[in-house]
Parts: sequence; structure tokens; C-alpha cells
Amino acid sequence: MAVAGAKIKSIGAAQSPLLGFAMFGPAILYILLVIGAPFVLAVFYAFSDARIGSTSLHYVGLENFRSILQSPSFRKALWNSVVFTISAQIIVMVCANILSIALEKKFRGRGLVRFLILLPWVAPVSLGTIGWKWILDSIYSVITWVLIWAHVFKPYSAPMWLGEPKLAMASVILVHCWRLIPFSTVILLAGRTAIPKEIPEAAAIDGAGFWRTLFQINLPMMLPILSVAVLFGTIFTFTDMTVVYILTAGGPYDSTQTLPSLAFATGIQGSDLAAGAAISLFLVPVLVAIAYLMLRVAHRTEVN
Amino acid sequence: MKSLLRRKLGPRIVHVLVLAVFVVLLAFPFYWMVIATFKQNLDLYNVEANPFIFNLKPTLDNLHLLFMETRFVRWLGNTVFVGVLVVAITLLLSIPAAYALARLTGRWGERLGIGIFLTYLVPPTLLFIPLSRVVAILGLQDSLWSLVLVYPSVTVPFSVWLLMGFFKSIPKELEDAAMVDGLTRFGAFVKMVVPISMSGILTVVIFTFTLVTQEFVYALTFISPESNQMVGVGIPIFLVRGDVYFWGSLMAACLIASLPVAFLYNLFLDRFIAGFTVGAVKG
Repeated sequence: MAVAGAKIKSIGAAQSPLLGFAMFGPAILYILLVIGAPFVLAVFYAFSDARIGSTSLHYVGLENFRSILQSPSFRKALWNSVVFTISAQIIVMVCANILSIALEKKFRGRGLVRFLILLPWVAPVSLGTIGWKWILDSIYSVITWVLIWAHVFKPYSAPMWLGEPKLAMASVILVHCWRLIPFSTVILLAGRTAIPKEIPEAAAIDGAGFWRTLFQINLPMMLPILSVAVLFGTIFTFTDMTVVYILTAGGPYDSTQTLPSLAFATGIQGSDLAAGAAISLFLVPVLVAIAYLMLRVAHRTEVN
Repeated sequence: MKSLLRRKLGPRIVHVLVLAVFVVLLAFPFYWMVIATFKQNLDLYNVEANPFIFNLKPTLDNLHLLFMETRFVRWLGNTVFVGVLVVAITLLLSIPAAYALARLTGRWGERLGIGIFLTYLVPPTLLFIPLSRVVAILGLQDSLWSLVLVYPSVTVPFSVWLLMGFFKSIPKELEDAAMVDGLTRFGAFVKMVVPISMSGILTVVIFTFTLVTQEFVYALTFISPESNQMVGVGIPIFLVRGDVYFWGSLMAACLIASLPVAFLYNLFLDRFIAGFTVGAVKG
């Protein structure tokens, strides 16, 4: 029987290269055409003078990069992208760790609590963000109402949350955190439940308290999963344009513009495809770094 | 007595408190959508009155406006139309690919699989500018077909990855037995593997459909006419006339479009997470 099985396998293997290629070929071809080709085109545009509505196309070398590097709104956008991404990841990691610990224990109503907590992640981003736009409205903001009610501000003297550069930046970070916390929480929860129960228990018997178990056992063991959460979170924040576009449209005075939203404003709304493509190419180094780190995480867990 | 209180009750109170704070912070915008949906405009736009309660009788006016005087229903229809087609294309491309990579091509399969997964990390904000030209050249500008063409590029990589994990967990002997019974390798795949993988395939269906409702950048870039919008763009961009936001109807629309998607996604959550963790968790 074992011999017969081996024979069949070898027949399968002999037939497989062609069949295998026929089965994954279409997917690979599609990905090359719709992801690979546009990427090459983006690089090509970035070295040209392509504009919407113009058919001529010339090679201009590094001219686009030179001019965007000199523009203050590009520098601001680059800075904002970095600030938004890093501060959101820090806040999200702290909150998601706390929340995943709280959700690990079984309790009544856990399913409902999980559903409510997950809402920001599973609802369409643009719609959740418009909900925040109403909460942060310049006149009818509920936050303003509460602060006036608590006598923190006098009526009509409360700040406009989305109208002042510093507050607008804080608002964008807040919405990013709001959206990412559920995602990171469930990822960390998956990591926590995979830790063998005996290890923290043994530590508890040896006299380790809650904090010691957390920092010396649970967190180090969860390092791969923590890095996965941070890497995905970084991509989702760094490359996002929806939150900024809906909440502030990059304003006031470009103070919340990020690389993707500036690329959209320049390339699509401003018809300057070449400059827009050049701006969006600045996302690539970060994406490459993340892909590399992701592979290392995957490889290390594979080896272990 | 006091130490018992500290040891037993203390952690419990902290636990409940932590959960309560997070639930309130995370779910508040949705609660706020519910309130705004049923408020009369006079109540909604009143700076003085307590915004947490209904100062005037609840109303269905906002819903009436949304369904009767906006293109909301049309947008829902557009989203379902694109969603169904993208699900079909995603399944056609990713099921055979995932199976081939899981079974037929050995070590190379693994590498190609990871390569495909990495393309999932390529964001729409990197490609929307060149793709907008491609769409224009193909004559698909302002047409929902542009999204049908492009969205699988977002859904196929992750779906292949999810299904690869799924197919790997099916014992090889199953197909071998089917092949002894005279089926070809492909026949065994269609008649044996696909039927028992239904739950994995369903996960891909939900994931794809959710992504179609969530995507914003391509839909905003490729399509301008009001009647051809997807919900995710139509609601935030076209329920605003000039500078006037119809907040009541806007919030109602957000709620109606979000909840079904949220509910479905929640059902399949654990499977998505297994895909996202890239094998960093051995379940």
C-alpha cells in the first residue's frame, strides 16, 4: 500500500509543473499587470513631466524630486507622516496590550464587548472618520459641549478641534489610534492565547507578580506577534490617506497633509501626475523596510 | 477582610473599569451616529441643549431624506454589484493559485506564496496615480468596471495567503485516495478539496466583500459622477451640498452601511487574524 502511495505521488509530481503553473499562472499574471506594471509606470512618471490632459511626455531626470524636496509643503507632509505613524503606534501598543489582557479572561458578555470594541476596525474607514468629523464639529461638537458644561471653557470660546494646526494633528492621530487599537488588540490576543499556560503559572508559583510576569515573561514571548502588530499598524497609518482627506483635507494650511494626501492633492486634484508619482514613491523605502522585517519575523518563527 | 477585598475585588474593579473605558471610547462614534440618526434638526443643531438625550421627539425625517432624496440606495446597489464581481474574480484567481502553491510546487510554492503575500503590503496610495491613467486609457473612467478590474489586486494576495494555510491543513492522502479512484489531480482538487474547504472559501468571500466596502482611494480617484459612487465615497463626499452637511442623514447612512459589514467580519475574525499573524503564532 505504501509503495502504491509513493507511485501515485510520483505520478502527481511528474504531472505537476504544468498543472501547477496553469493554476497559479493567472493570479501571478494578474498581479504583475495590476500591481507590477503600475509601479513601473509610477517610477517612469516620477522622472517625466506627465500631466493630466497632456499627451506629450519627456524625460526630466531628477527635476521632480529636486522641486518637491524644496517645497515646504512636501517637507511638512513627510514630517507629518512620520509623526502620525510613530505616535499612533506608541499609543496603540500601550492601549492594545492593556485591552488584550482585559479581554483574555472569559466573562459574561465577552462576545458583545468584543463586537463593540471591533467596530472601528470593521466598519468602513471613511464612514467611521465622518462620524468623528461630526464629533469634532466646529460648532456642534459634543466634546465642546461637555467641556463647556464642565466649565473648562466659556460658551463660544472653545477651540475648533479641526481648525487649529496642533489640535487638527492631534485629531488625526486620535482617529488613527481609534481605528488601529481593535486590530492590534485581536492580534495580541491571538499571541497571548498561544503562550503555554504553564509558563506564567510556574512564574507565579516562583513568586513573580503581575508586572514581573508581564514584562519578563509574557511580553518577551510575544515579541514576534508584537512586531507583526506594529509592522501592519505602521503600514496602515503611513500609507493612509482616507482619515486625513475626510477629517481635515490636509488643512488648516497644509498642517495635517501627509505623503499620500499630498500625492493626491498634487497628482490628481492638481493634475501634476509626475510630481504626485514622485511624492508617493517616498512611501517605498518604508514599505521595503517593513517587508524585510516581516520576512524576518516569519523566518524566525519558522526556524523555531 | 480588607486584604480579601484588595485581593479579590480590586483586580475585578480594575478589569471592569478598563473594559468600560475602552468600550465607551471605541464604540462612541457609532452610538453618536444612532443618536444623530433619530434627532430632529432643531435638536441636532442646538448648542445649548444636552446633546446626549432627545430634547425633541425622535424622528424618521433623516432616514426619509436619505432614502428618498439622495442616491444612497443606488450607492448601496453599486457597492453590492462591484462586491459580487470582485468576489467572483478573487475566488477564480486565488483558489487554484493557493492550492497549486500549497501542494504542487514544493519549496518554490512557499517562496512564491510569501512573495504574493508581500504584494498585499503595496498600498493603493502608491499606485493610484499610474492606475488612474491606465483606467482612463482603457476608457473605464467614471465606470464601476474600473473598480472591478483593480480591486482584486488588493484582495487576491491576502486571499491566496489565507487559502494556502487552509489547503496545507488538508491531508494529502485525501487526494491520493481520490486519484486511486481514477480522478485526475485537477479533478481531485475540484471534487474533493474545494467542497471541504468551504469555510476557508467563505472567509475569503467575507474578507473580499469587506475590503470592497472599505476601499476609498481608488473609488475616489477613478469615479466622479454622483450616481456611480460606492457607499464609502458617496456618503462622505456627496451628502454634503456646498458647505452644508446633512449630519442626521449622514450619520444614518454611516450606520446602515457599517453595521452589516461589521457583523459579518466579526463572525470570521479569528480566521483573518490567523492570516495576519504570518505564522508568528502557532495556534
